[in-house]
This record gives sequence, C-alpha cells and structure tokens, in this order.
Amino acid sequence: MSSAASAETLSRSGFRSPAFARLLRALLPALSMTLILIAIAWLNPRAISYFGFSLMLNLAIPIALATIAQMFVITVNELDLSIGTFVGFVACVTATWLRDAPLLGIVVLLGSIGVYAALGALIHLRNLPSIVVTLGMSFVWQGLAILMLPKPGGKAPDWLQAFMSLKPPFVPFPIIAAIVIGLVVHFGLMRTSYGAVLRGTGGNAQAIRRAGWSILKTKVTMFALTGVFGVLSGMALVGITTSADANLGNGYTLLAIAGVILGGGEFVGGRVSPIGAVIGALTLALAASPLLTFMHIPPDWQVAANGAILIIVLAARALISRREGDR
Amino acid sequence: MSEGSPVIVKLDGVERHFGAVRALDGVDLVVGAGECVGLVGHNGAGKSTLMHILAGTGTPDRGTIAIGGTLETAYSVARAQKLGIRCVFQELSLCPNLTVTENTRISHAALKGPGWRQRSTALIRAKLDEIFPGHGIDPSDVVGDLAIGQRQMVEVARAFTVTDEPLRLVILDEPTSSLDAHTAGQLLAFIGRARQQGISTILISHVLGEILSTCDRVVVMRDGRVVASDTASSFDRDRLVGTMGGARHRDGDTATRARTRGQTPVKVRARPRNQQGSAELVAHAGEIIGLAGLAGHGQTRLLLDIYGASTHRRPGVEIDDPVALVAGDRQTDGIFPLWSIAQNIGIRSLAGLKRGWLLSAEREQALARAWQAKIGIRTPDLDNNILSLSGGNQQKVLFARALGSDARIILMDDPMRGVDIGTKLEVYDLIRAEAGKGRTFLWYTTEMDELSHCDHVYVFRNGRIVADLAHSELTEEKVIQSSFEEAGDRARERAS
Amino acid sequence: MSAIRTLLARPWIWSYIGALIVWLAAITFTGGYGAGGMITAALSLAVFMVIVGIGQMFVITLGPGNVDLSLPANIGLASAVAMKVMGGSNSMIAVGLIAALASGMAVGAFNYLLIRALRIPPIIATLSSSFIVLSIDIAYGRGLQIKPPPAFADFTNIQFFGVPILAIGGAIFAFLAGIALQRMIYGRSVLAIGQNMRAAWLAGIPVERIRFFTYTLSGALGGINGALLAGYFRGASVDIGNEYLLSSIAVVVIGGTSVAGGKANVPGIWGAALFLVLLLTMLNTFGVSAGVRLLLTGLIIVGVITAAGGQKALR
Repeated sequence: MSSAASAETLSRSGFRSPAFARLLRALLPALSMTLILIAIAWLNPRAISYFGFSLMLNLAIPIALATIAQMFVITVNELDLSIGTFVGFVACVTATWLRDAPLLGIVVLLGSIGVYAALGALIHLRNLPSIVVTLGMSFVWQGLAILMLPKPGGKAPDWLQAFMSLKPPFVPFPIIAAIVIGLVVHFGLMRTSYGAVLRGTGGNAQAIRRAGWSILKTKVTMFALTGVFGVLSGMALVGITTSADANLGNGYTLLAIAGVILGGGEFVGGRVSPIGAVIGALTLALAASPLLTFMHIPPDWQVAANGAILIIVLAARALISRREGDR
Repeated sequence: MSEGSPVIVKLDGVERHFGAVRALDGVDLVVGAGECVGLVGHNGAGKSTLMHILAGTGTPDRGTIAIGGTLETAYSVARAQKLGIRCVFQELSLCPNLTVTENTRISHAALKGPGWRQRSTALIRAKLDEIFPGHGIDPSDVVGDLAIGQRQMVEVARAFTVTDEPLRLVILDEPTSSLDAHTAGQLLAFIGRARQQGISTILISHVLGEILSTCDRVVVMRDGRVVASDTASSFDRDRLVGTMGGARHRDGDTATRARTRGQTPVKVRARPRNQQGSAELVAHAGEIIGLAGLAGHGQTRLLLDIYGASTHRRPGVEIDDPVALVAGDRQTDGIFPLWSIAQNIGIRSLAGLKRGWLLSAEREQALARAWQAKIGIRTPDLDNNILSLSGGNQQKVLFARALGSDARIILMDDPMRGVDIGTKLEVYDLIRAEAGKGRTFLWYTTEMDELSHCDHVYVFRNGRIVADLAHSELTEEKVIQSSFEEAGDRARERAS
Repeated sequence: MSAIRTLLARPWIWSYIGALIVWLAAITFTGGYGAGGMITAALSLAVFMVIVGIGQMFVITLGPGNVDLSLPANIGLASAVAMKVMGGSNSMIAVGLIAALASGMAVGAFNYLLIRALRIPPIIATLSSSFIVLSIDIAYGRGLQIKPPPAFADFTNIQFFGVPILAIGGAIFAFLAGIALQRMIYGRSVLAIGQNMRAAWLAGIPVERIRFFTYTLSGALGGINGALLAGYFRGASVDIGNEYLLSSIAVVVIGGTSVAGGKANVPGIWGAALFLVLLLTMLNTFGVSAGVRLLLTGLIIVGVITAAGGQKALR
C-alpha cells in the first residue's frame, strides 16, 4: 500500500492520478451506453430515429425510476430485494384503486411509502440485515398485489396513460424524462447540503454521528425516498402497459441493482451517481429492447446480453481500479 | 498562565471502567481559556478514554464535567459541539466518499440553504491556507483521493473552522502522527497563534519535543490517573519520560546475550518494496529481529509481504520455513469473536488436530491446555468465548496460536499494544525461550524497551530501512535519530 | 429439565417447534384427516429446499455480502441438461446426474471467477452470471419436452413407510454437511473466514481456495437439485428453480444461520424447510388464497429476523 500510494501521489496530476481514474470511471456508464448505441446503429440504422428511440426506450422510465429507488438504499450501504414486487404492487394499486377511488389509492400509496420509512427505522434500530428484511417484504408486496388483482387486469387512469404517451417534438419522451429524473435526483442528493449528510452516512456513519446528525433520520429518509421512487416507477409502468399484473415488476429487483452498479455505484461506501444510475438503466433497457430481435440477436439471449454488459463494464472498472493502485 | 484566565473545562474525579479494567481512575483536569495543555502518557494510560469523555462520545461512570463554570448533567456530542468543544480523533473521522467542502458541511449544521457550497468551500480554504500555507488541497477534492497526511490536514483545519457555534477548545489526538516535519511545524505554530485568540487546545502527542515546545502546561497520565501537572518549562524530556514511568534503564541481562551473527543459517531475507540501495532485512535462525521506527513507516507492510511470501512467491522476499503472524490489532487481524479460546488457539494448527478425517476436540483441548500452562492464559474454562478474556489475555491467545503451530518463523506486528506490563514480561521471557530453541522472530514494535530484547534492529522510515543496528550499538538516541532524520520535505507522501 | 433448557437455547429448535405448530394447526382444521400424508408431502418438497439451502448456507457463512443469486438459473439449466443427457433412457441416469452436477459446478466456478477476477461483490457476480446462465438455459432447453427415464422418475418418488427416499438421502446429506461444518478443516475454515476474512488469512487459512470450493459446492448442489426436481416433477423447465432464490435464503436465515457470517446451522435448515412447506400446506387447507399465503410467508420471515436480530456484521 505504502509504495503504491506514494507513487500515486507523486504523480497526482498525471494519467495515473486518482482524479483521472475517477473521471474515467464516471465516464464508463456513458461510454458503455454509447457503445451499445453504436452497435444498434450499425446493425439497424433505422433504429436511430425518433420512433426507434421511443420504441427501444419504451420501458426505460420505470426501470430508471426503480434504479434510482434502489440507489437510495445502496447509498446508505443497504440493499432492497423487494423493489421489484413493490413496483408490481404499486402497479396493481394504480390500475385499480387509484383509478376507481383516487383518494383511497393516494392514501394507500402514501401508506406504502410510510412502510418503507418504517422498514428503514426497523433495520437501523434492530441492526438487521436489509437483504433478509426486504426479502421477506418482497413476499408481502407480492401477496398484497395478488390479493388486489388475482388476475391480470385493471386499467391505468387516463391522465397517467396520456402523460406516459406524450409525444414532444424532436426528442422522444423517454429521453426527456430520463434527463429530468437524473438531474432532479442529482441536485437533491449530490448538490444539497443535506444530501452530503445522506451520502456521508454511507461513507463513514460514525463520523456523521459524531458530528451530531441522526443516523436513524438519514436511513429513514433514504428508505422513504426508495418508497417514493418505487411508487413513481410502478405508476409509470402501468401508464405504459395500461393494465396491471401482480408479477409485472418482478424482474425489476435485479435490473435495478444492475443499473446502479452499471451506473458507477458501489455497494458500500456511499459512492453512487444518480445520473450514472439513469444511464445504467437506459443501457439495460436498450440491451433488452425488442429491437434486439431485429439485430439478429434471438430473444433467448437478451437476458444474457444484460449479464454480459454487466460483466464487461465491471471488468473495465476493475481494470481502472487496478490502475488506481489497489486502493 | 492557567491561573487568572477563566476556566473552560473542569473535570472532577472522572472514572471509567471497562469490565474489571479501570481505564480512568479518578481524573481531575482543568483547562483555562487560551491555554495549550499537553497530555502525555504511555499507551493505555487513559488519554484517549479521557478525551472521548470530553468530546461527549464516552460517558464517565463517576465524576463531574463543568464547561465554562456550568456543571453539565446531560453531556453529549451535541452538547459539546454547542459549547464549542471539538475533537480531532486519531481514527480519521472524515467521509472518504465526500469532498473536502462536503466534509466541512457535515460538521456545521449552519452550512445549509442556497450557497452553502460556496460558503463551506471558502471557510475550509481560508482555514487550510491559514494553518498549512501551500497545502495543495483543493476543497473540491474527494477525501478518499487525498494522501493520508492531507486528510489529516483537512481534519485539523475543519476542527478550527467557525460558523455560528463558538470555538473554545480543540482536542488534538496525535495530530502530527501522519504529518511530515514541515506541516507538523505549521500546525504547532498555528496552535500558538490560536492561543492568542483565546482558543484552548489539548495536544496529545508521542513526540515529546512538540509538547515541550508548544504547550503551556503538561499533564502526565499513568494507569488511568493524572500523575503530574505542571508548566511546560518545568519539564524536560528526561523528567517527562521519568514521570510517564517509561524510563526503566536497560539491565545487564539483555545486554549480555549479544551474539555474533551468522552462526546459524539465514531464514528470512526481505527487501522493502521501495527500498533504494542494497539494504535488506536478514534474519538467521534463532534470532530476534527488531523492526523499529515511527508507527506506520512500512514495518507492517514488510511483515505482511513476508507473510504473503509463504503462499505466493514475492520478489525480494525469501523465506525458508513455515511462518506464523501474531497480530497487533486484535480486533481486525487476530481474534475470531464467535469462537472459544481453544478454537482460537487451534485455528493455525488444524492439520495437526485431525484424527483420521475429522478434527479431534480432545487434541484441540490438549493443545490449548498446553499453551495455557506455558503462557498463563487466565480463564476458568478454555471453552469460554474469546471475548470473555481481557485484552492482554486475548493477546496471549494469539501468541499461543502462533507458537503452538508448526511455524519456525514468527512475525509480530506490534503485538503488545494496550497490553499490561505483567503480560508483557511473561511474553518477553517466552519469546526468548523460543528463540533459544531455534525459532526466528521478526518483531515490529513501537516501544523502545522492547527493542532491547532484539539481537538486531532495523529502523524504518518512509517505507525503507534506514538504519541497521546490532544489539551492541543499539541506543534510543540512535533509533530516534534515524527515525526522524531529514523527515522533512516529501514525507507528506508517506502512507500508512 | 436442564436437557430441555439446553435444547431450547439452540436457535434451530424454534424452526422445528414452528413446523410442529403449523402441522398441528393444519390437522386440527382437517380433524386429523391426512396428517401422515401431509408430512410425507412436506418431506418430499422440503428436501429440495434443504439441498440448495445447505449450499447457500456455506456461501452465506463466508461473511457479509456473500450470497448465491444464480441458484434459480443454475437449477433450471441443470434440469434441462439432466433430461437431455438422460434422454428418457434408464441406462443414462448416472451419466445425466453427473452432467447436471458438472453443469452446476461450472456455474459455481464461473461465479467465483467473476468474484475473484473482477473483484466485484458476490451478489452482483452471481446476479450477472445468472442472467447468462438463464439465457443459455432458454436457448438450450427450448421446447424441451423430454420426460425423465421411468426408473429415475420412480426413484425420486419412492417412499418407505411414508418417508420419501429423497428425504432420507437429504437427512443423511445434512448430517454429513453438519460434520463437514463443525468437524472438518473445510467447515472450520469457512466459519473463520465468515468471522473475519483478514484474520483468517493471517491465521494461515487458504482463503481463496476455500471460497472457490464453497461457490463450486453451492453450484454443484444447485445442479443436483435441478436433476432431482426434473425427475420429481417429470420434466425440466426454465422456471423450475425460480422459487429457490428466495427460499434457499429464507431457510438459511430462519434456520439460525447468521447473515453476518461465521455462524452456521445445519439442523435448522431442515426445520425451516419443513416449517415453510407445512406453513403453505396449512394455509392451503385453510383455503386461503395465494396472496394471503405469500403475505404471511413474508411477514414471518421479517418477524423471524426481527426476533433473531442484532447480528449484523461489524464492518
């Protein structure tokens, strides 16, 4: 460590400097998305169009929102294995109660955010492993979703459908939405003064506590934010699919984790990037988009494409970290 | 100087117990406004415990705390902050994932709302410039990217920043340990200037020269008590060392066992990674080799390299026998907290504990009992959990683990940290006895006394061997001289 | 009396007590009808959870962050491999089992390779590999309608006095796993690594070799489980392993293994598996809907971990 670290600092301004490696790592998500886009453009130039993007990024918004939700808990060194079924639950609520009895729907959705906040408190106060608690909760949300909508059905509120199928001029709606989501969360988490405290909780909780902040409060805040973005994700999803199914969000748990990691986030240490996470989610959405079928990639291998992208990006990052000097 | 000026902090009869251990045994302490108090004492004298109580992170079991003349009944971190008491702990308390600016914001509730980033940046930049001119730190740097010395500078500067809460007392726990001589000098000079602004400081340091040159008054602690408190000018180095109880002069018995090297085969040959020139560490069978120098100057690194070489070849390291390591940091490197004492001893010797395919509980017990007798682990039952032992006895378990194994080379990573003197003396004897039987010891120690047990001492500085002393030439002065010599310019790059 | 007290002090006993209670509740509801059949059915289903649960237990015991998320995909692929290799022919049963085992071991070894070479957290490594394995399975097992060889299908359904042969095998296997955990160098090493990986390395334990072996073992058990499931349910399918992602973790946790690592419990896995299966049986006999079943399962997992609580890793 000592030799590597001192050699490192001697050339702090050079290409081997930690700051440069950090920059490289920050660019990695955008780089991987660009590569995918180039591949798509090469295989099917028609895909690079207003219509093509609208189609390819059809499901990108809910995935991006779920990824952001997951990112919040990862920031404080926790993990949410229930976000997928939670999204499914929200989709069911949105397609039934929120349409038929809006007040009840709103109360239920707010209540579910409250449940998330309470989970954060429980996990912190009882010092529980979040993986197991949220694993249990994934059954709970799925159970509730099935109780609500035993068979696929329901219908998204009209205003939601209308909103999700907006067709703004020049730039497809999913891209605008992704930019807005990324910027809003970036501002909230990376630029505000309390955002620094929230991220600090993941970096060195003891230091935050010693400075007089409540870790309980930061954890509850982050879990509540996860709930908020989970709700948004479920609503967006139903707005696109127009009807709901209790299993609608099941794949999102793993996609969301993958999106955060693709976006440059790390599991521990409070190192996350909201914009990166959104890009990561878009990358995954592109990789799994129906257009892959046109690209001679059989649908069988679409999931593998996700796995392969994940592995390649992580390999690239491992390479960069090694340059950083085994820190 | 403390007479006359208003009293900031007054501790009376503070006691703190950890189990049966009295970390603090009735401590009285007074700090006046604008006073710089030096706090010295050997490892385990109770300095850190006392400072945690003052910072509100620890609560006393008995005794009172008065700040600015008011008795504090519900003292806490938040309260201490409100009263203007800051602490720079030895463990870095920065968030590595945040920038310097953001870390400054963490410790100031007032830095919020629009423009907080600019205000925070200006605040920390001004303070860094004031204390460490030419620091080379940009407030937008992420702390994790900074060298350890720079992090320490940020931490110190942050403690002296002021927003809406007052600043009355800053506790600096070994603030210079990772600074080079130049920046350390800047800091000490700043402490002098802060004094004139009425800011008090408590300075804890192992570098006695710093204490004597910087502080107004020196408080000496030993075994959880204050044993002396007097103006700095009334102390000199010898009196300070004498009061701490550390100056036991070397007896003849260790000196007589100096031997000529090279009578036995070479067992270890190792070059530190960024060693220049031809210096390397050499250990012959049956020798006790000391690794000296200031803490964190590459001694542990070399020991780990040697240890790693037992499984994977490493350039520059040759070893000729099985190796075992005795950890100094018991919690992170040593004990298995869920296991019994016997299991903790047996883990290094699993292959020898087998009967057929399975591990034999009897053999494990026998091994543990044999070493319990030899090394004197004080417990009624070896099946008790390891955490039921005191720190010193846990350390003995780690010795038993290494010595009970088949290893012929024993690496010791400053293993006597926080160990009582009785245990130490027992272990010293054991080490000598084992070396007499042909085992080779590599002993990194930060305590001067322990070097006198070594046949040969290598002094480390900035990750390199800078001196090579035979037992007969070993003096404290020589070790200190080589540890400090020209420790000026580039030592900032030094990493732990 | 003191014997009972020491028994009650063991964490795993509660999963058996829980299993007993739900069973009693179920047969009270049916008026004693089908009490034995319920146990037989529970044993046959629980054994599949136990097999993968034990693999998952060794992985989780390696310490915080260690978990094998590739089990469902692994099980699915191995079931397809086994059926294809056996090709419905009795003479190929052994070869098919070996092929399934090899497929599982390959997945496990690949997981470890990702963890080691890319230095990524196991949770993400096993997740990414599960994506790939899933695709291989979809492509390989497309339209696979091969039935298991009759002898193999019959074998997986043999019962002695109401006790399925697989459950007997599962009990023997669990016993051996318990021995390996507590009385063999391998188990000791896993427990040491789970408590403190660095200290384990410094105590001379070949940490990486043990981790490699553990992930490969988990993969191998997933492979075997896939073959057995295909035999029991008379055919392979892509989603045959889906429920084992959550249930393999659930039985480990309910069974008293610490998620923080370093403390494992084999008997508890059997108890927890029986408890989960009997709970579903009970809820079925009560005639509750699938939604309530899931809801209660989830609440019980949260409740158990909250009650056990306070054992998160000291990072």
